Amino acid sequence: MANITKSPWIIHYDGSSCNGCDIEVLACLTPLYDIERFGIINTGNPKHADIFLITGGINYQNVDIVKNTYEQMVDPKVVVAVGICATSGGVFRECYNIMGGVNEVIPVDVYVPGCAVRPEAIIDGVVQALGILEEKRAQLEKEQGGAKK
Amino acid sequence: MGRQIVVPFGPQHPVLPEPIHLDLVLEDEVVVEAVPSIGYIHRGLEKLVEKREYTDYIRIAERICGICSFTHSVNYAESVEKVMGLEVPARAHYIRTILMEYSRMHSHMLWLGLTADAMGFENLFMNSWRIREAILDDMEMATGGRVIQGLCTVGGIRKDVPDEMLGQMSDHLKEITPQMEELCKIFSHDTSVRHRMRGLGVLTKEEMWELGGVGPTARGSNLPLDARCTGYSAYDELGFKPVVEKEGDCLARCIVRARELMAAADLVHAAVKKMPDGPVDVGKIKGGPDGEAFFFTEQPRGEVLHYVKGNGSKYLVRHRVRTPTFANIPPLVKMLAGVDLADVPVVVLTIDPCIGCMER
Repeated sequence: MANITKSPWIIHYDGSSCNGCDIEVLACLTPLYDIERFGIINTGNPKHADIFLITGGINYQNVDIVKNTYEQMVDPKVVVAVGICATSGGVFRECYNIMGGVNEVIPVDVYVPGCAVRPEAIIDGVVQALGILEEKRAQLEKEQGGAKK
Repeated sequence: MGRQIVVPFGPQHPVLPEPIHLDLVLEDEVVVEAVPSIGYIHRGLEKLVEKREYTDYIRIAERICGICSFTHSVNYAESVEKVMGLEVPARAHYIRTILMEYSRMHSHMLWLGLTADAMGFENLFMNSWRIREAILDDMEMATGGRVIQGLCTVGGIRKDVPDEMLGQMSDHLKEITPQMEELCKIFSHDTSVRHRMRGLGVLTKEEMWELGGVGPTARGSNLPLDARCTGYSAYDELGFKPVVEKEGDCLARCIVRARELMAAADLVHAAVKKMPDGPVDVGKIKGGPDGEAFFFTEQPRGEVLHYVKGNGSKYLVRHRVRTPTFANIPPLVKMLAGVDLADVPVVVLTIDPCIGCMER
């Protein structure tokens, strides 16, 4: 954590989850777990966000919304698949309306399995995502030859 | 009269933890009409009964919704037990009742927090969720899961909760009761809360009855509809009375939920005191369900109805769920007409939308 220099903001979208993981994502923001102490804020605006937390599998109705939200986010960005449904489809894998995990439509950087996933696991996933975000930022700067941070 | 414009609300919106889409037809700042469209979380899990044995399917039934998970599993179990004529031991019924009331408390506190968040009252949001963690700790101690418990099975419960642990839970609940009372007081008396919710989204008793609202949404309009009055599980022995408020506005619906926190705590204490001894399941179940049954229970959001139909095999033929949020959408659409755009998030939240349940 010591090498994190920026305050990453997250955006959360509920794919087709049962809610269990969503309320655990919200629980991360509240006093017991309080990820805001790392400067992490839950935002509703994809353009402001660095980390895309997505819960639940992808279905035919929400596939465009997920793609759209992802495309609106500014580089560098990371995607965290929260819960087993977002990872692979989970218990709903065989349902007729489920296409599978999030990686069916957008690239996923961190997978956080669990049903329902525990807040500690979500925080661990987000911290791993922060490392990847730093790498991507460095890569982007190298490619663009831009100013150092 | 101003020009009419349509503002899309959702499915990805900061105030909504779950996706629902509303097309709001506005005249200046006032909503004239709200047109809901749903289906963003539809998974089609009712069809899975054809692929999972009826005893395993309870794991899926529990995952219809992550907030009312325990009530869904009890409702599914009760419907299958009704078809098969299984006599579930009293102790299992009592433990189910205790956990259903715990999930009601955690759900209501979650909702109170989200409503505070929708009003922009961050401090109250954080405090509601802080107290909620104490409830989740107890649920985790008893069952091993925070939001998905996996305790209920067809024919009883998977594992007994020992008396000492029940006593501990009851004591812990007594410790946090003053905090819950404080929370109730803020929601019913605080000036900014009253200012945001008093007189907003009013539905009369008659309108609510005609539109078919259920749960705390209906009880806020002085309609004493509560499936717990039918006395399923152990409710008939615990002296239960529904909580109602007269005004029918957002504040009334909020106060109903705040008061239900206390009522739920009382039910837990009463159940722990009366807890009978004995086995917690019916033992090995032979055969499959043959026939059909309806069963309805009171979720934190209102009454939920499960229908199961079997043909004697290990796989059910049909499973159908009618959830409270679906019943509460017509009242919501009526409530939204005439409110300011800035008040839409608060009004949407007062029906306690649970889209995960509604769309399955």
